[in-house]
Amino acid sequence: MAQMKYFYELTISSSPHVHSPVSTRTIMRDVLIALTPALIGSVYFFGLRALMVTLVSVAACVFFEWAWCKLMKQHCKIYDFSACVTGVLLAFVCPPTIPYWTIILGDLFAIVLVKMLFGGIGRNVVNPALAGRAFMFSWPVLMSTWVKVGWENQASLFSTVDAVTAATPLANMHQGQMPESSILDMFLGNIGGCIGETSALLLLIGFVYLLLRKVITARIPLAYIGTVAVLAFLFPMGNDRLMWMAAQVFGGGLMLGAIFMATDYVTSPVTKLGQIVYGIGCGVLTILIRYFGGYNEGVSYAILVMNCCVVLLDRIGRPTKFGAPKKEGKKA
Amino acid sequence: MEKTCEVIKMTFSFFGGIHPDENKFLSCDKPIQEFPEPDVLVVPMSQHIGAPCKPLVKKGDPVTVGQKIGDNTGLCVPVHSPVSGKVKSVEMKAHSSGTTMMSVVIENDHLGTLCEEIQPRTQEQVDALTPEELMEIIHQAGVVGMGGATFPTHVKLSSGIGKVDTIIVNAGECEPYITADDRLCREMPELVISGVKVIMKIFGLNTAHIAIEDNKPQAAKALQAQLCAADGITIDVLPAMYPQGAEKQLIQAITGRQVPSGGLPAAVGCAVFNAATCKAIHDAVYEGMPLIKRIVTVSGNIVMAPKNLIVPIGTSYNDLMEAVGTSANPYKVLSGGPMMGISQYDLSVPITKGTNAVTILGHRSRYHVDHPQCIRCGKCIDVCPMKLMPVLMYKSLMTNDVEQIKATNMMDCIECGCCAYTCPAYLPLVLGFRSGKQRIRAHAAAAASKKV
Repeated sequence: MAQMKYFYELTISSSPHVHSPVSTRTIMRDVLIALTPALIGSVYFFGLRALMVTLVSVAACVFFEWAWCKLMKQHCKIYDFSACVTGVLLAFVCPPTIPYWTIILGDLFAIVLVKMLFGGIGRNVVNPALAGRAFMFSWPVLMSTWVKVGWENQASLFSTVDAVTAATPLANMHQGQMPESSILDMFLGNIGGCIGETSALLLLIGFVYLLLRKVITARIPLAYIGTVAVLAFLFPMGNDRLMWMAAQVFGGGLMLGAIFMATDYVTSPVTKLGQIVYGIGCGVLTILIRYFGGYNEGVSYAILVMNCCVVLLDRIGRPTKFGAPKKEGKKA
Repeated sequence: MEKTCEVIKMTFSFFGGIHPDENKFLSCDKPIQEFPEPDVLVVPMSQHIGAPCKPLVKKGDPVTVGQKIGDNTGLCVPVHSPVSGKVKSVEMKAHSSGTTMMSVVIENDHLGTLCEEIQPRTQEQVDALTPEELMEIIHQAGVVGMGGATFPTHVKLSSGIGKVDTIIVNAGECEPYITADDRLCREMPELVISGVKVIMKIFGLNTAHIAIEDNKPQAAKALQAQLCAADGITIDVLPAMYPQGAEKQLIQAITGRQVPSGGLPAAVGCAVFNAATCKAIHDAVYEGMPLIKRIVTVSGNIVMAPKNLIVPIGTSYNDLMEAVGTSANPYKVLSGGPMMGISQYDLSVPITKGTNAVTILGHRSRYHVDHPQCIRCGKCIDVCPMKLMPVLMYKSLMTNDVEQIKATNMMDCIECGCCAYTCPAYLPLVLGFRSGKQRIRAHAAAAASKKV
């Protein structure tokens, strides 16, 4: 054509032609940033082994996802950092003394069986990190050996025999006693427990960061922690209701679970009401397991059970579409 | 007389919405310029929703400025020649919608000979006109909704008489980059308001709302300076948010009413007119001038000199790109803004009545992710102004069951692009919903033909 003065390679696509700067990758990066204070805290409380376990776990998760995609000739999406988040979270719910081979097996289970076999990111039914943890309880002793905090008690990088063990606050509480540690120690994280779960303060810093970055909303964590607090307050096992409530809220993996695990997009409901019900359900189950279960930690199993209810919870609280015939509905 | 009018600052506007980078600073301070008439113009015979026009001229015919060159019966508005000269050919030409269309190609003689039918009217003459006569003038002048939908204005007017109690003038202009209506309101506020008064007369109403976003304070001020309390026209300043200028959202923001699903604004007593349409109505009624030119913003992230231009209908995108210059090879050239614009592959396509902007994007402004995968974040639900659930709508597309797709209310989607803009996984949501709507329509058509 004569009037085609210019020839450019123009791209044709459906609108919109611009996109917000937020992507899956930036979201996962923000989650990793939000987990960093707790990671630094774990090094302070448990020594370098905590960091080493985390790094091994991240490397294993990324490797397993990459290897799976290569083997199955699938499109490899490891650059979205979601495997890194799974790696960090799985390490965070293991004791610092966990042998490296155990956590690598846990990573294998989490990534290959829970995530990739279901179709990769966005398709898994339950949280991979929590499912990996549940799998690792095949070695219950390894998973429930708790070291005392402090540099002098820490396990060395390559051997765990020297570590000094101690009971966690939740173990005390499971027997109906107030924990030996003070509430302040539990808030700051100066207690025995899993790598990333001990310090409520540092996890809350991450929570605030995620809220400010609008990665998550406060609905699920508040519903979850609120339910646990209310139930603990109503049914205390000690003399002081408030202290018991604080111990239940700051003890164990509640903060980590409520802020970072229950809010996992893939395995939580998309509707607002669904999210609140989901949070309450997690809270009720956590208290039930902590009070009546054989094992003293309830968070991971509570979330795993509620994960399976998400398909149903997605059905409640759906928004009424714009311009829906309201009055006619009432008449009928 | 003291010139004051009511300025209402609205706080609540509508559900959802997003804040994309506006990038209006590129062109919002550039005064409107007359674009030099090109030598050859391609005037498509369909620049509106409805039946396409039949060409009234043939190859070799002389034409004058404003001469009717296409018309048809039914839901149709005529098309006029923007320049004087000779008809070079009448043939199928590429159109900015991505298809080809019967078009009249006119060779410009640059004499600007006016068609003798074009006669300005005085205020007394206009006052003497009945609403029916006014609507016929607007029809014959080829006025359509100039915000992009190109719905015939006379049909909107005639179908709304008796039903409409609220006139809303849309000067919101929420799309990024576009400043055509902003400049129009700043530089020619009296013409916009004159058009609004004609609409008020046709509907027999003595109030109207001019809706404008709070990021255009100068335009609001310019309009305010032209109004007095007796005019009955209020200026409603709305928070800047996309898609504030979408018809249904605008009605909700101004009146709180929700246009029923599948219904027209007249169902809730509202009629929405674009600011540029109001100016076109003024031109038609007072100047006798049909819609042959419009203001087009030519902007984009690689445009060297963004401009707001008065462009004759039928000017090619090539000519406009030459006028502004680009600093790099364009990646996408859009008819309209970046949120809802149509990407072009042939730059010989002409400007039409609904083209409010040509946006030229350089680098890859929206990445294409291979194998995108929903992570169920639910952000699309929060931003959807129609309160739909794009996450479930997209999932329903994987099925073969059209009824299941329909049950997600996909037909209510206004394709504003908020969900696809927000989606962290870069899912092609709007593309998917367009195809889903086609499947629903095809299914309905197939079901209808079976019954017969």
